[in-house]
Amino acid sequence: MTDMTDQSIVPGTRPDLPPPVTESGVIGWLRHNLFSSWWDSLLTLSAIYIVYLIVPPFISWAFVNADWQFLPSVISGEKAPEFSDCTSGGACWIFVRARFGQFFYGFYPDAERWRVNLVLVMLVASIYGLLSERIKNKKPIAWFFFAVFPLLAFFLLYGGIGLPVVPTQQWGGFMLTLTLAGIGIVFSLPIGILLALGRRSQLPIVHLLCVLFIEFARGVPLITILFMANVMLPLFLPQGVEFNILLRVLIGVTLFASAYMAEVIRGGLQALPKGQYEGAMAMGLGYWAMMRLIIMPQALRVAIPGIVNNFISLTQDTTLVAIVGLYDFLNIVRAGSRDSNWIGTEIEGYVFCAFVYWIFCFAMSRYSMRIERKLQTGHKR
Amino acid sequence: MALAKGAPESGAVANPATPQVIAFWRDERKRGMIAQVVVVAALLGFIWFLLRNFLIKQEMSGAPPLSLYFLQDVAGFQLSFSLIPLTLDSPIGRVIFAGALNTLIAAFFAGIIATFLGLLVGIARLSKNWLISHIAATYIEIIRNIPLLLQLVFWYGGVLTALPKPKDSISLLDVVFLNIKGLFLPKPILQEGVGLFFIAIAVAIGLAIFIARWARKRQMATGQQFPTIIVNTALIILLPAFVFVLLHDPIGWEFPEKGAFNFKGGLTVQPEMTALIVGIGISTAAYVAEIVRAGIISVSHGQSEASHALGLKSSWTLRLVVLPQALRVIIPPMISQYLNVVKNSTLAGFIGYADLFAVIGTSQNQTGRAVECVVILMVFYLTISLIISTIMNVYNKRAALIER
Repeated sequence: MTDMTDQSIVPGTRPDLPPPVTESGVIGWLRHNLFSSWWDSLLTLSAIYIVYLIVPPFISWAFVNADWQFLPSVISGEKAPEFSDCTSGGACWIFVRARFGQFFYGFYPDAERWRVNLVLVMLVASIYGLLSERIKNKKPIAWFFFAVFPLLAFFLLYGGIGLPVVPTQQWGGFMLTLTLAGIGIVFSLPIGILLALGRRSQLPIVHLLCVLFIEFARGVPLITILFMANVMLPLFLPQGVEFNILLRVLIGVTLFASAYMAEVIRGGLQALPKGQYEGAMAMGLGYWAMMRLIIMPQALRVAIPGIVNNFISLTQDTTLVAIVGLYDFLNIVRAGSRDSNWIGTEIEGYVFCAFVYWIFCFAMSRYSMRIERKLQTGHKR
Repeated sequence: MALAKGAPESGAVANPATPQVIAFWRDERKRGMIAQVVVVAALLGFIWFLLRNFLIKQEMSGAPPLSLYFLQDVAGFQLSFSLIPLTLDSPIGRVIFAGALNTLIAAFFAGIIATFLGLLVGIARLSKNWLISHIAATYIEIIRNIPLLLQLVFWYGGVLTALPKPKDSISLLDVVFLNIKGLFLPKPILQEGVGLFFIAIAVAIGLAIFIARWARKRQMATGQQFPTIIVNTALIILLPAFVFVLLHDPIGWEFPEKGAFNFKGGLTVQPEMTALIVGIGISTAAYVAEIVRAGIISVSHGQSEASHALGLKSSWTLRLVVLPQALRVIIPPMISQYLNVVKNSTLAGFIGYADLFAVIGTSQNQTGRAVECVVILMVFYLTISLIISTIMNVYNKRAALIER
């Protein structure tokens, strides 16, 4: 007995050994995540090689060897900037700097650009107000954003009542892209809600019409709808009535987007248990009151990730308006790199353009993922 | 109380048998009816308004009445690429048909690239290897957040114009060449008796299906297993190979040869088509990867654990338990991705590939027949989406049946 107490280790009397070096810290992480087997190591090494092939050349092209500064002669106004100013062999960012105003405002007159800036500030502020979790009372902001802001933005951008009119032919660049996407988003949501309700309606004719419209719009590519709006729509308008091309495109884009929106919202409606409808009806609510107070708030919450994804595709789809000759952001960048002063800057233009689109769409997709995660907690058992 | 129970209903108590008259604006059924009548009337009025405008304009401009006869007229323009022989004198209808074929062939190859690349990236995204999964995630996030049109013009204008001149083409085994003028592949030339070879392939596939069915039936009845996969693979490879050898090379190859300015002979894939296929394939692959990933993680871990506990080996677990459940989640969105590929191929016009949309655009320009051209376009795309959604419905029905 006494022998045993001498030799056995009483817990807590000796310091714990650290875990083996190979299982913890950097080495442990590497062993677990990169080199867990010979196959894994092989994969890792080939992946490193691929990254090595792509990333360092790109960094040296885009940053290290790139031209950023205008020549002194350009700054002093002696000559216009051009592609031959870029001599270091990397990316020619002078192109983007020289053209930045046009990329952003299109052909909007210099003196009136403050109007675009003002609209942009209001847009950013109200979106922040709608999304921020710190601001609790969102009703006035929503009213402003969905009812007042579109009219105000139209007045500011187009002009009238004291402001000089800027015809839509002069709109372009990033501002046009934002206009298209913004109007598409603002109008496609309510139309989509109506279509979704119509599709789930008990009234056979309303149901049929909604199904036909949704399936038609989802069955054809957007570009054919723009084509239709461009060449076919004018034939069906009364004599002497001319629809502005931008307006025609906007109608096409909005109707197209609302069909997709309707399907996402229908998904949200279907996710609701039947008891919600029955409960609302038992409370004596009529159809519209039930939808407004009980069903839609829940269905839209469920549908938010899908709705945001639709916003992302809508933003990306606005590039297609180039087919009817509008100069949206991508098209104006393309046109810029075809300028005889800037031949050879195609890649710079595309990379810049891709970067801007990416930031916007990535931000939206992150937001939708966050909402999704937030909603998931409620549904998990 | 007791009295009231037994007594016949007095006049004071409302008789439930006599219909209560409700004002029609409170009767849900009548209200629905009225709403529908209003909707239909508004719609008909709108259509009538449009048609009247159209007819008035038609009359004033003296445009010919709507008809499809213009499809027989000489087109007067040619396509840079077509699968069927075209001349400048070909009728418009034939040129449009060639455009439709161009759309389908580009979509077909783009779909193949998207499927395999997407499968690879989707599996890589789930890899336990940190680097691999992050590379896949980066790929997906970059591609999905950049407009497809931008990607296409980037591939076409940015990358393909940076390819070498024909003089110093990139070559693969001196058989496949890539340069700024396009991709040059060996061209298969069918020789006499090649029909037998194709028949052999068809027979082998038919036999394989028959064997699989028989083996399944036998296993259901007796529990005995049959090495279906090995036998069928051997059958599909060996039978055509045997016929191939018997016929002494029924397919000859014409290799591209260096000419004075460019390669001659062989099969040329234009740079426009290459850019379209590669661009759409790479872009769709990112979406496919997300679908594959979602499908695989939708099968809960307990399923594979339970199947291991039942004594199924790993390959069987994958084949019999995980894949059937994952596929049920994967296939419907995959099918709509294929529809997207077809729809996205309309962007071909931006990079100079003559797909259906580009051809229709040119025809409309030449003939001024907007309505007919739009109708042809819509009918084509709606037919394809109808076919694809029918396939989806059939699949969904079968998948639902398997469930219980």
